[in-house]
Amino acid sequence: MSTLMTNLKHIASEAEYNKVLQENENVMIICGRMGPMCVPVYDAAEELEIQYKHIQFYDMLFDLPDSKVIRGLPECRGFMGLPFTVYYKNAKVVKATSSIQTSEQIQEILNAHF
Amino acid sequence: MNLIASSAFFNEKHEAMKEFDVIILGAGAAGLTAGIYLARAKASVLILDHGMPGGQINLTHLVENYPGIESISGYMLASTMKKQAQKFGCIIKSNAKIKTLDFAGETKIVVLENGDEFNAKAVILSPGGRSRALNVPGEKEFTGRGISYCATCDGDFFQDREIIVVGGGNSALEEAVELTKYASKVTIVHQFDHFQAFQHAVDRAKENPKINFVMESTIVEFVGEDSLRAAKIKHITSGIITEMPIDGTFIFIGYVPNTEAIKGVVALNEWGEIITTKKLETNLKNVFAAGDARDTDTRQITTAVADGTRAALAAMQAVLQ
Ligand SMILES: Cc1cc2nc3c(=O)[nH]c(=O)nc-3n(C[C@H](O)[C@H](O)[C@H](O)COP(=O)(O)OP(=O)(O)OC[C@H]3O[C@@H](n4cnc5c(N)ncnc54)[C@H](O)[C@@H]3O)c2cc1C
Repeated sequence: MSTLMTNLKHIASEAEYNKVLQENENVMIICGRMGPMCVPVYDAAEELEIQYKHIQFYDMLFDLPDSKVIRGLPECRGFMGLPFTVYYKNAKVVKATSSIQTSEQIQEILNAHF
Repeated sequence: MNLIASSAFFNEKHEAMKEFDVIILGAGAAGLTAGIYLARAKASVLILDHGMPGGQINLTHLVENYPGIESISGYMLASTMKKQAQKFGCIIKSNAKIKTLDFAGETKIVVLENGDEFNAKAVILSPGGRSRALNVPGEKEFTGRGISYCATCDGDFFQDREIIVVGGGNSALEEAVELTKYASKVTIVHQFDHFQAFQHAVDRAKENPKINFVMESTIVEFVGEDSLRAAKIKHITSGIITEMPIDGTFIFIGYVPNTEAIKGVVALNEWGEIITTKKLETNLKNVFAAGDARDTDTRQITTAVADGTRAALAAMQAVLQ
């Protein structure tokens, strides 16, 4: 399995990750597994995708070797809870969170940064 | 999660619909079951959830005690329940934040923060519950940075690390044993001098050489920089506080009902649980309650499903009157 079972767009390699960041101004990537703390975050993102059309929502499987591009981010240093959710503006990280987040917490970040 | 798409379809189709036979607050196992029964009996049903449908089942890694299904991921079980409810015609609205509830009269009125107003002849309250937090300084800050409420999700971040498990019930002891697969040392911190768990769970924890116990103690603060570094532990009887260097903490200290939004609307007991009769009636006519949020002593998927069924049948009678 190289992608997650969600309705979000998937990133499956470092090359895809770079392409997504190059081509889009506002990006949110959820890096996780199909686990209990991750699923509610994917669900929330799937719903918010309809509302926030100016933001691109993606997921990436945490166990892919290439997901080191997220696992190794300085902003994710100290993270010990899945999923790692990273928000990018013009390919720069503007916010990163670890573990489950509610739809409100995500919206607060989206409204503040995008 | 294809369901989200179909949920959007249903919502679009019934956008204009404001009046229902029954409104259900909470789309967990109890609320979805009630919806399935009611919609199958041709009642019009709106299920409002302030978060995402599925409730606590979504937080369950593997369900192995739901009869008829040997083993299923919580995510799959929740998805199937949602699909079933939608198939019979339930409208499910997620992220529905309650502004006001008026259940005193014949017509039950729900107003959401976005201004949407819905009416129904009967209401089923099934808002469920959530894990209890310690509510001490540093807990929020280090959640996801060393503090976790899910061993199956985050256990592998603590390979060969030293961790604390807080709690003394079945979940705490069982998860502590589970976490010894990863951690080099697990310290169980519990506020009493005895456990509230089944004896076999206590025995398994005590037999495990990686587990040790700090009894009659509680964590008063978490400290660290990028991630958790230590926990300040207070011995309750002596009041002495010691700082224990630690890489992670897993908290399993029970449950709080999600009844904040219905406080003052229906009668709650001293723990905030909805008081119900044997027929799952609340103190208000045609307002019923089901699942973990009510005053019950068993909180499982099977009991939530059973409650949902009974509340639906009672609500159906109310609608037909
Ligand atoms: C980690 C974990 C593992 C578990 N494992 C098992 C297991 O293996 N087997 C088992 O049988 N049980 C298990 N349980 C217990 C089981 O999941 C619950 O007992 C059951 O799911 C409760 O269902 P419910 O519908 O009453 O409430 P919930 O599942 O809590 O659902 C309530 C829903 O209501 C929503 N809500 C809350 N407030 C409002 C409001 N004001 N307005 C609208 N909506 C609201 C919530 O967002 C939620 O979706 C587990 C629980 C946890 C946390």
